[in-house]
Amino acid sequence: MTRPAFKPGPLVWVALFVLAALLPLLQPGGFVLDVAINVMIWSMLAYGLNVMLGYTGQLPLAHAGFFGIGAYAVGILTLREGWNFWLAWPAAVALCALGGLLLGLVAFRTRGDAFSIFTLGVGVIIALVINKWDDLTGGNDGLNGVPPASSLLGIDFSKSANFYYVALAALALTVLVVARTRQSVFGRSLVAIRGGEDLARSAGIDVFSHKLRALMLSTAIAGLAGGVYAAYVGFLGSAVTGPTTTFTVLLYLLVGGVGTLAGPLLGTGLIYVALQFMKGLQDYQYIVFGPLLVLLVLFAPQGLAGLWNRAQMRRASARTERAVDHA
Amino acid sequence: MPESILEVEGLGIRFGGLHAVRDVTAQLPAGKITAIIGPNGAGKSTFFNLISGFYAPTSGRIRFQGEDITRLKTHQVVGRGIARTFQTTTIYRELSVLEGVMIGHRVRTRAGLWDALLRTGRERREEAESREAALRALERVGLAAQAHRPAGALTQEGQKRVGIAMALASDPRLLLLDEPAAGMNPEETVNLMGLIRELVGGGLTVALVEHKMSLVMGLADEILVLHHGQKIAQGTPGEVSRDPAVIEAYLGGHAHGGQMGQPGREGAHA
Repeated sequence: MTRPAFKPGPLVWVALFVLAALLPLLQPGGFVLDVAINVMIWSMLAYGLNVMLGYTGQLPLAHAGFFGIGAYAVGILTLREGWNFWLAWPAAVALCALGGLLLGLVAFRTRGDAFSIFTLGVGVIIALVINKWDDLTGGNDGLNGVPPASSLLGIDFSKSANFYYVALAALALTVLVVARTRQSVFGRSLVAIRGGEDLARSAGIDVFSHKLRALMLSTAIAGLAGGVYAAYVGFLGSAVTGPTTTFTVLLYLLVGGVGTLAGPLLGTGLIYVALQFMKGLQDYQYIVFGPLLVLLVLFAPQGLAGLWNRAQMRRASARTERAVDHA
Repeated sequence: MPESILEVEGLGIRFGGLHAVRDVTAQLPAGKITAIIGPNGAGKSTFFNLISGFYAPTSGRIRFQGEDITRLKTHQVVGRGIARTFQTTTIYRELSVLEGVMIGHRVRTRAGLWDALLRTGRERREEAESREAALRALERVGLAAQAHRPAGALTQEGQKRVGIAMALASDPRLLLLDEPAAGMNPEETVNLMGLIRELVGGGLTVALVEHKMSLVMGLADEILVLHHGQKIAQGTPGEVSRDPAVIEAYLGGHAHGGQMGQPGREGAHA
């Protein structure tokens, strides 16, 4: 048998990130850098969601909320409390992991669709709290003037071209963390849960504890993405923390390929860039995306990365057949 | 009475008003094969679910190797040495045979998320141990050569064996098989019986729920008969098949079929 899954080897990933690191040297326009940084931020959130949906088989719908908690934590700590970004950012990640723990302790009393709906409710509540808690979050007016990441080792991260590397490093860390998780004893247990909770239980897996830890990792990654977002955009509004964001990122993930390592980046890159060219359509863009999504779910449930897989497997089996013929 | 590995005492569970299992007191003799039989809805699978910690009993106690395991969670029960397979061929069809069976060894490993992220020594050691344990288990069920095939590509019998290998990978003392021969043809059933005998020969205790009387009569050292959730008989195949209560349960009232004591004939529910 050949490798059954779309796995660009570690070398391909290293090459990809080296190439991406060269981008600012070409001195591209601000627009290109802005798109690239946004793609990295949102694909990180998609990676976080993928830990749950793709590897553990659970669909939480509160991720934009955790993205928001991460972003507002960085925003509030740096703007109001005067913290250094490099302290506020890890604090935000830890806060989101803790939030994931608290959510999981309650939410994992439900299963399947009920879990999704429960977490959707929690997502709405987080967005509402952020919107209404004027003293802390600035409420409807948002949080204006979040300072850019402070200089580190003499590098001024207030320049987009430099901040680009912060986002790139965070994305690289995310991909590494997710890849290692999947390829581990722990990760195999998550895949076992995805394959069937009852079976995983009877196989001796502590399903609750594994789901809890997966959710914490997942929300921590959402917080990591939120922290980058806060320092990059400089303005935080509550709208971005609502379910619309969750579903947009879910769309990225579905298009790219649920449960694949390349999928989140692929899907986010493709759709985000496509949307930039359809800005003129405004809300009508969903008329294009809706049917596309339906077709995709029908014919390529594993997304683009899954399509690639199937092509690979077909080629591999054709090769095996030829080899058998020759034998 | 030979030494028992598992004892249940007054075991019962109620779902709403229904007593699925009621006041069952029984022992499973160590190193033997015990078959649990009874008409449909007699509570056999529920009995397994109670022992394996899938359901929490509403009354009674379960002791395994002298230790009270009544309130333990499933993964703790597996950790104590009780593994089970499911009625249908429930396995990880999309994974390779090897990886699916490695999941069965998880209960013997402790590596967590930090071990995964930092690639600690424990992570690497336990990954290697899982692989070895899975290969050993596949060896025992005769599937070592198929280790790298997708589990879903195996025959029905092969998939059953994968399920058993997954249970064996947890290194159990007691193996619970829920209808292991369901969906198998007679030849496959004979192969399976050979496998179960081998496992017991290696020191394992087996308890199985089965409708196929040929398998039960040909294999079991001891038979436990449940009816309407209650134990109505326990003994050797010979004793049980002459027991009036058992004959009544199988033949009386509704014609359930599945005649007792007649090897070679299939139960009506098979």
